[in-house]
Amino acid sequence: MISSLGKQKIAFFFLFLANLLVIVPVGLILLIIIQKGLPAMTWQFITDIPRQGMRTGGIFPAIIGTIYLVAGSILFALPIGLLAAIYLSEYAKDNVLTRMIKLAIVNLAGVPSVVYGLFGLVLFVSFCKFGASILAGSLTLGIMILPIIITTSREALESVPAMFREVSLSLGASKWQTIRHIVLPNAIPGIITGTILGIGRAAGETAPILFTVAAFYLPRLPKSIFDQAMALPYHLYVISTQVPNVEEKVRYGTALVLLILVLFVNLVAIVIRSQFRKKKKW
Amino acid sequence: MRKFKEFIIEKLILLSGLTSIFFVVLIFLFLLKEGLSVFQIVTPCDFLFGKSWYPISEPAQLGILPLMMGSLIITLGATIISVPIGVACAVYIAEVAPSRIKEILKAGIELLAAIPSVVLGFIGMMTLVPWIKNVFHLPTGLTALSGSVMLAFMAMPTIVSIAEDALYSVPKSYKEGALALGATHWQTIYRIIVPAASSGILAAVMLGIGRVIGETMAVMMITGNAAVIPTSILQPVRTLTATIAAEMGEAVVGSEHYFALFAIGIVLFIISFIINVTSDLFLHRERK
Repeated sequence: MISSLGKQKIAFFFLFLANLLVIVPVGLILLIIIQKGLPAMTWQFITDIPRQGMRTGGIFPAIIGTIYLVAGSILFALPIGLLAAIYLSEYAKDNVLTRMIKLAIVNLAGVPSVVYGLFGLVLFVSFCKFGASILAGSLTLGIMILPIIITTSREALESVPAMFREVSLSLGASKWQTIRHIVLPNAIPGIITGTILGIGRAAGETAPILFTVAAFYLPRLPKSIFDQAMALPYHLYVISTQVPNVEEKVRYGTALVLLILVLFVNLVAIVIRSQFRKKKKW
Repeated sequence: MRKFKEFIIEKLILLSGLTSIFFVVLIFLFLLKEGLSVFQIVTPCDFLFGKSWYPISEPAQLGILPLMMGSLIITLGATIISVPIGVACAVYIAEVAPSRIKEILKAGIELLAAIPSVVLGFIGMMTLVPWIKNVFHLPTGLTALSGSVMLAFMAMPTIVSIAEDALYSVPKSYKEGALALGATHWQTIYRIIVPAASSGILAAVMLGIGRVIGETMAVMMITGNAAVIPTSILQPVRTLTATIAAEMGEAVVGSEHYFALFAIGIVLFIISFIINVTSDLFLHRERK
């Protein structure tokens, strides 16, 4: 017969074990990628075009392609997402419409990424006749990260105390002036955090760009937004499953560059968030 | 003039507020537009329950049962692995962990959420797949089991963070009441706190499942992609998502194969819609 405190000890031990089961593999994954990817990290690897059917050379076009795609998707998603967040936090009443908008956001966040790919293919590539292009890919990724930007921006706006708004309105400022000069400036760090998380997501996704932009092998830089482009996540997929006899170090090197890009972006978001929490005046 | 400007801005804000509804409807309509054409060739019943998927043979056989079974077996496997571990993680983080350890654990799980699925698929291919091949003496390690393990891992951040929120939202007085009556901390957790948070935890599990069903790249890279009805978890399988990702590139626009892939998209959209709406209902019940 075990005492109830003994049982508690055993239970807590197993709960801790569950955490180790998740955290240790995360650490191992990072360690393996860093250890096996670092030997590939040369200046040439970062700045050269892929050569010999992607078996040697570098990954520069893929890095640039990903940067274009991320920039394009943010350009599209940030204004719409921010305005939508302002609507939800400042204007929306507690009614059926608001409930439907919130449900739509939840659904948008849950749509499988490959379905975004299908949608982008039929709407942007075929229907709007953009072809497989940076424009089509950016718009597809932009819609995909919209829920992230709306949700985080809305939280940031709603965390600005109601008092701030009341004071501004009582001084005779209009509702928009209050939002523009009082609410938005106080919510900026939260909005930036949301945007950065969106960037991280857009940079790492593969399925939505498969049919909308990604070029299997394009050893030059894209010329315009109607051009196809290589992208890092797709490139990693291609050289690890589609092209035989690629050196292990090239694969790990590509994974490492993608990982560094995404984790760096997330780290920036975390730092901004914690700085903001320290400085918060209310 | 200023009034006019504000009027325009406020209309713009309202319009942006409506975009999410607009996009959800648009996605569904476009999927329907392309996908429904397949039902001129096969009946919905043959499509959903047809046992063979040979989209480019003559005549094409477009039954997605093997693909649905593939998704199902992987989802089941991933759920069995991830739910107990994920909920245990959430309980430990929310209730037991000292604040220092809690920060580390939360950072680790956020880190996991940030790793792109193609990187996880790649690392699974290089480490997990050979390992499973050796342990079970299989001809190939690209099996449903590899997919389940990897996806369980990928569903973890969703399950842990939502379950954790649900546990935090249990009123403090419940816990204090139980402790005051002489219950141990552990008794309080599993008799009071977890049951009180159960609908939120259920929502966490459902959203985790949604994540698993929708996951594409990792699954395509490590499950072997054989479109046959699986009889064991140690066989290669092909999921709904992987089929779209792998075949859309080759499908001729306007062919029956192309339409069939969009019809699979409809199936996925409906599944994710049901999961999201029900889990949202659970979360709302939680708040009340």
